[in-house]
Amino acid sequence: MSFFNFFARKPTAPIARDRLQILLAHERASFGSNSDLIALLQEEILAVIRKHVTVERDKVQVKLDRGDSFSTLEIGVEIPPGAVEKQAEIRRAAARAS
Amino acid sequence: MAKVLVVTSGKGGVGKTTSTAALGAALAKSGKKVVVVDFDVGLRNLDIVMGAERRVVFDMINVIQGEANLGQALIRDKRVETLSILPASQTRDKDALTSEGVAKVIAELREKFDWVICDSPAGIERGASLAMHHADVAVIVTNPEVSSVRDSDRIIGLLDSKTEMAAKGGRIEKHLLLTRFDTVRAARGDMLKTEDVLEILSIPLLGIIPESTEVLRASNLGTPVVLSNPDSAPARAYFDAARRLEGQVVPMVVPGEKRSFMTRLFGRRVA
Repeated sequence: MSFFNFFARKPTAPIARDRLQILLAHERASFGSNSDLIALLQEEILAVIRKHVTVERDKVQVKLDRGDSFSTLEIGVEIPPGAVEKQAEIRRAAARAS
Repeated sequence: MAKVLVVTSGKGGVGKTTSTAALGAALAKSGKKVVVVDFDVGLRNLDIVMGAERRVVFDMINVIQGEANLGQALIRDKRVETLSILPASQTRDKDALTSEGVAKVIAELREKFDWVICDSPAGIERGASLAMHHADVAVIVTNPEVSSVRDSDRIIGLLDSKTEMAAKGGRIEKHLLLTRFDTVRAARGDMLKTEDVLEILSIPLLGIIPESTEVLRASNLGTPVVLSNPDSAPARAYFDAARRLEGQVVPMVVPGEKRSFMTRLFGRRVA
Protein backbone atom coordinates (compact mmCIF):
# COMPACT_ATOMS: atom_id res chain seq x y z
CA MET A 1 0.00 0.00 0.00
CA SER A 2 1.48 3.30 -1.04
CA PHE A 3 1.57 6.44 1.03
CA PHE A 4 -1.28 7.95 -1.00
CA ASN A 5 -3.48 4.85 -0.78
CA PHE A 6 -3.33 5.05 2.99
CA PHE A 7 -4.94 8.48 3.00
CA ALA A 8 -7.45 7.61 0.28
CA ARG A 9 -8.77 4.68 2.34
CA LYS A 10 -12.42 5.13 3.30
CA PRO A 11 -13.52 4.49 6.88
CA THR A 12 -15.25 1.09 7.11
CA ALA A 13 -17.01 1.46 10.46
CA PRO A 14 -20.04 3.35 9.04
CA ILE A 15 -20.58 0.47 6.58
CA ALA A 16 -20.48 -2.02 9.46
CA ARG A 17 -22.99 0.06 11.41
CA ASP A 18 -25.43 0.33 8.47
CA ARG A 19 -25.20 -3.37 7.65
CA LEU A 20 -25.89 -4.28 11.27
CA GLN A 21 -28.85 -1.93 11.54
CA ILE A 22 -30.52 -3.40 8.46
CA LEU A 23 -29.80 -7.01 9.38
CA LEU A 24 -30.88 -6.71 13.02
CA ALA A 25 -34.14 -4.95 12.17
CA HIS A 26 -34.95 -8.00 10.08
CA GLU A 27 -33.71 -10.59 12.59
CA ARG A 28 -35.53 -9.02 15.53
CA ALA A 29 -38.78 -9.30 13.58
CA SER A 30 -38.22 -12.92 12.61
CA PHE A 31 -36.87 -14.46 15.81
CA GLY A 32 -36.64 -11.78 18.41
CA SER A 33 -38.31 -12.02 21.77
CA ASN A 34 -41.45 -10.58 20.19
CA SER A 35 -41.66 -12.92 17.22
CA ASP A 36 -44.79 -14.65 18.57
CA LEU A 37 -46.52 -11.33 19.11
CA ILE A 38 -45.57 -10.14 15.63
CA ALA A 39 -46.83 -13.31 13.96
CA LEU A 40 -50.13 -13.00 15.85
CA LEU A 41 -50.53 -9.33 14.98
CA GLN A 42 -49.82 -10.05 11.34
CA GLU A 43 -52.48 -12.79 11.20
CA GLU A 44 -55.14 -10.71 12.91
CA ILE A 45 -54.46 -7.56 10.91
CA LEU A 46 -54.56 -9.63 7.73
CA ALA A 47 -57.92 -11.14 8.75
CA VAL A 48 -59.44 -7.70 9.42
CA ILE A 49 -58.26 -6.28 6.11
CA ARG A 50 -59.40 -9.35 4.18
CA LYS A 51 -62.96 -8.77 5.34
CA HIS A 52 -62.99 -5.72 3.09
CA VAL A 53 -60.12 -5.94 0.61
CA THR A 54 -58.30 -8.88 -0.96
CA VAL A 55 -54.60 -8.71 -0.01
CA GLU A 56 -51.73 -11.16 -0.21
CA ARG A 57 -50.25 -12.42 3.06
CA ASP A 58 -46.78 -11.02 2.33
CA LYS A 59 -48.19 -7.54 1.65
CA VAL A 60 -48.87 -7.04 5.36
CA GLN A 61 -45.61 -6.10 7.10
CA VAL A 62 -45.39 -5.82 10.87
CA LYS A 63 -42.19 -4.53 12.44
CA LEU A 64 -41.32 -3.87 16.07
CA ASP A 65 -38.37 -1.58 16.83
CA ARG A 66 -36.84 -1.78 20.27
CA GLY A 67 -35.92 1.58 21.79
CA ASP A 68 -34.49 2.87 25.06
CA SER A 69 -37.68 4.12 26.66
CA PHE A 70 -40.30 2.85 24.24
CA SER A 71 -40.64 0.61 21.21
CA THR A 72 -42.47 1.43 18.01
CA LEU A 73 -44.80 -0.82 16.06
CA GLU A 74 -44.77 -0.24 12.35
CA ILE A 75 -47.53 -1.70 10.19
CA GLY A 76 -47.40 -1.50 6.41
CA VAL A 77 -50.17 -2.83 4.17
CA GLU A 78 -49.78 -2.80 0.42
CA ILE A 79 -53.11 -2.85 -1.38
CA PRO A 80 -53.23 -3.88 -5.05
CA PRO A 81 -54.34 -1.13 -7.51
CA GLY A 82 -58.12 -0.89 -7.99
CA ALA A 83 -58.92 -3.18 -5.04
CA VAL A 84 -60.54 -0.44 -2.97
CA GLU A 85 -62.72 0.75 -5.87
CA LYS A 86 -63.74 -2.79 -6.74
CA GLN A 87 -64.69 -3.50 -3.16
CA ALA A 88 -66.79 -0.33 -2.95
CA GLU A 89 -68.63 -1.35 -6.11
CA ILE A 90 -69.42 -4.79 -4.69
CA ARG A 91 -70.74 -3.19 -1.52
CA ARG A 92 -72.95 -0.78 -3.50
CA ALA A 93 -74.31 -3.67 -5.56
CA ALA A 94 -75.09 -5.60 -2.39
CA ALA A 95 -76.91 -2.60 -0.93
CA ARG A 96 -79.04 -2.21 -4.09
CA ALA A 97 -79.96 -5.88 -4.05
CA SER A 98 -81.25 -5.75 -0.49
CA MET B 1 -29.69 -9.17 49.15
CA ALA B 2 -27.57 -11.32 46.88
CA LYS B 3 -27.42 -10.55 43.21
CA VAL B 4 -27.00 -13.15 40.50
CA LEU B 5 -25.14 -11.80 37.49
CA VAL B 6 -24.59 -13.60 34.19
CA VAL B 7 -21.66 -12.71 31.95
CA THR B 8 -22.75 -13.65 28.45
CA SER B 9 -22.20 -12.79 24.77
CA GLY B 10 -23.37 -15.45 22.35
CA LYS B 11 -20.09 -15.31 20.47
CA GLY B 12 -17.01 -17.05 21.81
CA GLY B 13 -13.64 -15.44 22.44
CA VAL B 14 -14.90 -11.95 23.20
CA GLY B 15 -13.73 -11.95 26.82
CA LYS B 16 -16.47 -13.49 28.98
CA THR B 17 -14.14 -15.50 31.20
CA THR B 18 -11.57 -12.69 31.44
CA SER B 19 -14.37 -10.28 32.38
CA THR B 20 -15.92 -12.69 34.89
CA ALA B 21 -12.56 -13.07 36.63
CA ALA B 22 -11.80 -9.35 36.56
CA LEU B 23 -15.24 -8.14 37.70
CA GLY B 24 -15.38 -10.86 40.36
CA ALA B 25 -11.97 -9.92 41.74
CA ALA B 26 -12.74 -6.18 41.59
CA LEU B 27 -16.03 -6.62 43.51
CA ALA B 28 -14.33 -8.92 46.03
CA LYS B 29 -11.54 -6.38 46.58
CA SER B 30 -14.16 -3.83 47.56
CA GLY B 31 -15.09 -6.18 50.41
CA LYS B 32 -18.06 -7.95 48.83
CA LYS B 33 -18.43 -11.72 49.13
CA VAL B 34 -18.20 -12.99 45.56
CA VAL B 35 -18.40 -16.39 43.87
CA VAL B 36 -17.59 -16.88 40.19
CA VAL B 37 -19.35 -19.90 38.68
CA ASP B 38 -18.21 -21.68 35.52
CA PHE B 39 -21.12 -22.99 33.40
CA ASP B 40 -19.02 -24.32 30.54
CA VAL B 41 -19.29 -28.08 31.16
CA GLY B 42 -16.61 -29.95 29.23
CA LEU B 43 -14.69 -26.79 28.31
CA ARG B 44 -14.11 -25.15 31.65
CA ASN B 45 -11.58 -22.33 31.72
CA LEU B 46 -12.46 -20.04 34.58
CA ASP B 47 -10.29 -22.21 36.85
CA ILE B 48 -7.16 -21.72 34.72
CA VAL B 49 -7.78 -18.00 34.18
CA MET B 50 -8.14 -17.62 37.96
CA GLY B 51 -5.06 -19.76 38.65
CA ALA B 52 -7.03 -22.41 40.53
CA GLU B 53 -6.73 -25.26 38.01
CA ARG B 54 -4.70 -27.47 40.33
CA ARG B 55 -7.01 -26.98 43.28
CA VAL B 56 -10.19 -28.38 41.67
CA VAL B 57 -11.41 -31.43 43.59
CA PHE B 58 -15.18 -31.33 43.19
CA ASP B 59 -17.28 -29.37 40.69
CA MET B 60 -20.84 -28.11 40.26
CA ILE B 61 -22.08 -31.41 38.79
CA ASN B 62 -20.70 -33.33 41.78
CA VAL B 63 -22.76 -31.00 43.96
CA ILE B 64 -25.87 -31.39 41.79
CA GLN B 65 -25.59 -35.18 41.91
CA GLY B 66 -25.01 -35.23 45.66
CA GLU B 67 -21.44 -36.55 45.48
CA ALA B 68 -20.10 -33.52 47.31
CA ASN B 69 -21.56 -30.60 49.20
CA LEU B 70 -21.19 -27.03 48.07
CA GLY B 71 -18.56 -26.22 50.69
CA GLN B 72 -16.33 -28.98 49.32
CA ALA B 73 -16.60 -27.78 45.74
CA LEU B 74 -15.99 -24.07 46.38
CA ILE B 75 -12.36 -22.97 46.01
CA ARG B 76 -11.27 -19.97 48.08
CA ASP B 77 -9.06 -17.56 46.15
CA LYS B 78 -5.59 -17.26 47.68
CA ARG B 79 -5.21 -13.54 46.95
CA VAL B 80 -8.61 -12.09 47.83
CA GLU B 81 -10.21 -13.55 50.91
CA THR B 82 -13.82 -12.89 49.93
CA LEU B 83 -13.54 -14.44 46.46
CA SER B 84 -14.46 -18.07 45.62
CA ILE B 85 -14.72 -20.18 42.49
CA LEU B 86 -17.19 -22.92 41.67
CA PRO B 87 -15.69 -24.89 38.78
CA ALA B 88 -17.57 -26.66 36.01
CA SER B 89 -17.08 -30.33 35.31
CA GLN B 90 -14.48 -31.09 32.67
CA THR B 91 -15.44 -34.73 32.11
CA ARG B 92 -19.18 -35.07 32.58
CA ASP B 93 -21.83 -34.98 29.94
CA LYS B 94 -23.56 -31.62 29.51
CA ASP B 95 -26.94 -33.22 30.30
CA ALA B 96 -25.80 -33.71 33.88
CA LEU B 97 -26.38 -29.99 34.33
CA THR B 98 -30.06 -30.17 35.19
CA SER B 99 -32.41 -27.25 35.53
CA GLU B 100 -33.48 -28.27 39.07
CA GLY B 101 -29.87 -28.92 40.09
CA VAL B 102 -28.73 -25.49 38.93
CA ALA B 103 -31.69 -23.83 40.67
CA LYS B 104 -30.74 -25.53 43.95
CA VAL B 105 -27.05 -24.57 43.69
CA ILE B 106 -27.85 -20.93 42.83
CA ALA B 107 -30.31 -20.70 45.74
CA GLU B 108 -27.64 -21.98 48.10
CA LEU B 109 -25.02 -19.58 46.70
CA ARG B 110 -27.42 -16.66 47.17
CA GLU B 111 -27.39 -17.39 50.91
CA LYS B 112 -23.60 -17.33 51.18
CA PHE B 113 -22.53 -14.51 48.85
CA ASP B 114 -23.30 -10.91 47.87
CA TRP B 115 -22.56 -11.54 44.20
CA VAL B 116 -22.99 -14.79 42.27
CA ILE B 117 -21.30 -14.28 38.89
CA CYS B 118 -22.13 -16.91 36.27
CA ASP B 119 -19.66 -17.29 33.41
CA SER B 120 -21.76 -18.44 30.45
CA PRO B 121 -20.45 -20.70 27.71
CA ALA B 122 -20.59 -19.35 24.16
CA GLY B 123 -23.62 -20.17 22.04
CA ILE B 124 -27.31 -20.31 22.87
CA GLU B 125 -27.56 -23.96 23.90
CA ARG B 126 -28.40 -25.53 27.24
CA GLY B 127 -25.32 -24.32 29.18
CA ALA B 128 -25.82 -20.72 28.08
CA SER B 129 -29.54 -20.71 28.83
CA LEU B 130 -29.01 -22.29 32.27
CA ALA B 131 -26.30 -19.72 33.06
CA MET B 132 -28.70 -16.85 32.36
CA HIS B 133 -31.85 -18.48 33.72
CA HIS B 134 -31.63 -17.29 37.35
CA ALA B 135 -29.91 -13.96 36.70
CA ASP B 136 -31.05 -10.63 38.10
CA VAL B 137 -28.40 -8.75 36.13
CA ALA B 138 -26.71 -9.51 32.80
CA VAL B 139 -23.41 -8.21 31.50
CA ILE B 140 -23.26 -8.59 27.73
CA VAL B 141 -19.64 -8.71 26.58
CA THR B 142 -19.28 -7.33 23.07
CA ASN B 143 -16.35 -6.57 20.77
CA PRO B 144 -16.75 -3.60 18.39
CA GLU B 145 -17.11 -5.94 15.45
CA VAL B 146 -20.13 -7.05 13.36
CA SER B 147 -20.37 -10.73 14.34
CA SER B 148 -20.07 -9.99 18.04
CA VAL B 149 -22.69 -7.20 17.93
CA ARG B 150 -25.11 -9.43 16.01
CA ASP B 151 -24.74 -12.27 18.52
CA SER B 152 -25.16 -9.86 21.44
CA ASP B 153 -28.44 -8.68 19.94
CA ARG B 154 -29.65 -12.26 19.81
CA ILE B 155 -28.60 -12.85 23.43
CA ILE B 156 -30.45 -9.70 24.55
CA GLY B 157 -33.58 -11.13 22.92
CA LEU B 158 -33.14 -14.38 24.87
CA LEU B 159 -32.51 -12.54 28.16
CA ASP B 160 -35.81 -10.74 27.65
CA SER B 161 -37.79 -13.86 26.84
CA LYS B 162 -36.23 -17.05 28.20
CA THR B 163 -35.12 -16.22 31.75
CA GLU B 164 -36.92 -16.79 35.04
CA MET B 165 -37.20 -13.01 35.42
CA ALA B 166 -38.90 -12.72 32.01
CA ALA B 167 -41.27 -15.59 32.83
CA LYS B 168 -42.37 -13.70 35.95
CA GLY B 169 -43.06 -10.63 33.82
CA GLY B 170 -40.00 -8.79 35.12
CA ARG B 171 -37.21 -7.26 33.14
CA ILE B 172 -33.64 -8.38 33.60
CA GLU B 173 -31.16 -5.53 34.19
CA LYS B 174 -28.81 -5.49 31.21
CA HIS B 175 -25.41 -3.83 30.79
CA LEU B 176 -23.05 -3.65 27.85
CA LEU B 177 -19.35 -4.25 28.42
CA LEU B 178 -17.42 -3.26 25.33
CA THR B 179 -14.12 -5.13 25.27
CA ARG B 180 -10.98 -5.06 23.10
CA PHE B 181 -11.77 -1.45 22.23
CA ASP B 182 -9.14 0.55 20.36
CA THR B 183 -9.65 4.31 20.71
CA VAL B 184 -7.29 5.13 17.84
CA ARG B 185 -8.88 2.74 15.33
CA ALA B 186 -12.39 3.85 16.30
CA ALA B 187 -11.42 7.51 15.85
CA ARG B 188 -9.95 6.67 12.45
CA GLY B 189 -13.27 5.09 11.39
CA ASP B 190 -11.97 1.54 11.14
CA MET B 191 -13.74 0.23 14.23
CA LEU B 192 -17.35 0.64 15.36
CA LYS B 193 -17.59 3.53 17.79
CA THR B 194 -19.04 3.15 21.26
CA GLU B 195 -22.05 5.24 20.20
CA ASP B 196 -22.66 2.97 17.18
CA VAL B 197 -22.78 -0.17 19.33
CA LEU B 198 -24.96 1.53 21.96
CA GLU B 199 -27.37 2.79 19.32
CA ILE B 200 -27.70 -0.65 17.75
CA LEU B 201 -28.08 -2.64 20.97
CA SER B 202 -30.02 -0.04 23.02
CA ILE B 203 -28.75 -1.10 26.43
CA PRO B 204 -26.81 0.98 28.97
CA LEU B 205 -23.02 0.94 28.95
CA LEU B 206 -21.21 -0.63 31.90
CA GLY B 207 -17.68 0.02 30.72
CA ILE B 208 -15.17 0.10 27.90
CA ILE B 209 -12.18 -2.20 28.26
CA PRO B 210 -9.31 -1.11 26.02
CA GLU B 211 -7.41 -3.67 23.96
CA SER B 212 -4.27 -4.37 25.97
CA THR B 213 -1.34 -6.74 26.24
CA GLU B 214 -2.00 -6.82 30.00
CA VAL B 215 -5.04 -9.06 29.49
CA LEU B 216 -2.99 -11.89 27.95
CA ARG B 217 -0.23 -11.40 30.52
CA ALA B 218 -2.82 -11.78 33.29
CA SER B 219 -4.22 -15.02 31.88
CA ASN B 220 -0.67 -16.37 31.39
CA LEU B 221 -0.17 -15.83 35.11
CA GLY B 222 -3.59 -17.16 36.14
CA THR B 223 -4.39 -13.89 37.88
CA PRO B 224 -7.35 -11.59 37.12
CA VAL B 225 -6.00 -8.43 35.47
CA VAL B 226 -7.27 -6.26 38.34
CA LEU B 227 -4.89 -8.14 40.65
CA SER B 228 -1.92 -8.74 38.33
CA ASN B 229 -1.56 -5.08 37.36
CA PRO B 230 -4.17 -2.91 39.12
CA ASP B 231 -2.81 0.29 37.56
CA SER B 232 -3.03 -0.95 33.98
CA ALA B 233 -5.63 0.48 31.60
CA PRO B 234 -7.89 -2.63 31.45
CA ALA B 235 -7.70 -3.08 35.24
CA ARG B 236 -8.83 0.51 35.84
CA ALA B 237 -11.65 0.03 33.35
CA TYR B 238 -12.79 -3.14 35.17
CA PHE B 239 -12.62 -1.40 38.57
CA ASP B 240 -14.84 1.38 37.18
CA ALA B 241 -17.28 -1.17 35.73
CA ALA B 242 -17.47 -3.00 39.09
CA ARG B 243 -18.25 0.31 40.86
CA ARG B 244 -21.05 0.95 38.37
CA LEU B 245 -22.47 -2.53 39.10
CA GLU B 246 -22.58 -1.46 42.74
CA GLY B 247 -24.67 1.51 41.71
CA GLN B 248 -21.96 4.19 41.87
CA VAL B 249 -21.82 6.91 39.23
CA VAL B 250 -18.39 6.87 37.62
CA PRO B 251 -17.52 9.07 34.59
CA MET B 252 -17.19 6.96 31.43
CA VAL B 253 -13.63 7.12 30.14
CA VAL B 254 -11.40 4.72 28.24
CA PRO B 255 -8.33 4.50 30.41
CA GLY B 256 -5.14 4.94 28.40
CA GLU B 257 -2.06 2.78 28.84
CA LYS B 258 0.19 5.83 28.80
CA ARG B 259 -0.67 9.43 28.13
CA SER B 260 0.74 9.09 24.65
CA PHE B 261 0.42 11.59 21.85
CA MET B 262 -2.39 9.52 20.32
CA THR B 263 -4.51 9.28 23.47
CA ARG B 264 -4.12 13.00 24.10
CA LEU B 265 -5.01 13.69 20.50
CA PHE B 266 -8.17 11.60 20.46
CA GLY B 267 -9.25 12.39 23.98
CA ARG B 268 -10.27 10.02 26.72
CA ARG B 269 -13.91 10.87 27.11
CA VAL B 270 -16.08 8.87 24.79
CA ALA B 271 -19.58 8.63 26.16
